[in-house]
Amino acid sequence: MEQTLRTPSTPQPVTTRQAWLLVGAAAVVWLIAYNVIQSLADWLAYGVLGQARGSHLGDSLAFFFYDVPKILLLLSGMIFAITILRSFFSPERTRALLGGKREGVGNVFAAGLGVLTPFCSCSAVPLFIGFVESGIPLGVTFSFLIAAPMVNEVALVMLFGMFGWQVAGLYLISGLSIAIVAGVVIGRLKMEHDVEDFVWQIKGGGGAVAGEHPTWAQRFTQAWESTREIVSKVWLYVVVGIAVGAGIHGYVPADALAGVMGADAWWSVPAAVLLGVPLYSNAAGIIPVVQALMAKGAALGTVLAFMMAVVALSLPEMIILRRVLKPRLIATFVGVVSLGIIAIGYLFNLVI
Amino acid sequence: MLNIKVLGPGCANCKRLESLVQKVVSERGITAEVEKVTDYVQMMRWNLMKTPGLVVNDTLVVSGRVPNEAEIAGWLADGTV
Repeated sequence: MEQTLRTPSTPQPVTTRQAWLLVGAAAVVWLIAYNVIQSLADWLAYGVLGQARGSHLGDSLAFFFYDVPKILLLLSGMIFAITILRSFFSPERTRALLGGKREGVGNVFAAGLGVLTPFCSCSAVPLFIGFVESGIPLGVTFSFLIAAPMVNEVALVMLFGMFGWQVAGLYLISGLSIAIVAGVVIGRLKMEHDVEDFVWQIKGGGGAVAGEHPTWAQRFTQAWESTREIVSKVWLYVVVGIAVGAGIHGYVPADALAGVMGADAWWSVPAAVLLGVPLYSNAAGIIPVVQALMAKGAALGTVLAFMMAVVALSLPEMIILRRVLKPRLIATFVGVVSLGIIAIGYLFNLVI
Repeated sequence: MLNIKVLGPGCANCKRLESLVQKVVSERGITAEVEKVTDYVQMMRWNLMKTPGLVVNDTLVVSGRVPNEAEIAGWLADGTV
């Protein structure tokens, strides 16, 4: 890709060496910051603001002052890393990789690639058309389309920051499993007739897509830009969510919620899924609240089911997909994924 | 005259790309016709799989990200040659 920089106003392109140095320096600053925030939070809450250790207000404040910078640091650092990783994947390459795969193996590949390929819901339709048109089976395409939003990077990082790597890992594995199984089921149902007819008539123009081979400097720049974009979009939700969570931590008695959201309340999992579907844009703010709820007796399966319903089933995406899918297929898609999420919720409530 | 097409269903990035293109065109006094393509069937002429896309004189030059002004200016200059 030719980069013609003819205007004096544009900054000189950074060399790869400079870019690595810059990123290395940023990583060191990041590590130092990550290690001092605990003492800083304690000092602010108990020292500067003079709250007693163990008091409701003092503990809530210390929790807030620690968690806000921690989550924001984790979000920026990990989203940067994830974007770098994703810069090695593209929908075009993914389509080529999925090309010769049969159902089954194809579904597993598609779900994995769904997590790794950069994807935004506004590209869902061209991506769907591109996959189906090149002969990738419908079920395999769905495995991709389900995994991509289901394993959401913001949710993954927040779960890691607030619950630890085990829960984040469980979320990743269950998201992938649901995407694989749901794709296989949709494939078996043979619903090709429920894809809008025009999709089958499209013949790609074969206009070769300009294959980009970004340099490391370009990868870093792009990763930095998308990190800034995502963090600026979610930071307020994170702060508000942690503030509410801190309040719950300090003031709601332990086990207050065990009866409503605990493992023994059988209806809590489907209720959590129903509640989660309309809450799409607030994934970042919901996790801190959910974490606080869990500390008060809510069950892990219920919480994970809620999380997944929030990120995987969103009304805006359904409306976008309606352009290429007939209502029956959309309903099947929502139904199969919801059932999968509910099953995962019950499974974790039973096992853990 | 250049023919420029911005491909995208109307998401935030597509609008950003369109206004950037308009800006570059007017700032540099380029004679060009800027079109918006929102129809998915049309977009598939260029095998577009991620939005937004930018087409200069029938060639897809970028897709899936919003390029900066210098990049856009470069592609437009290549198109006039």
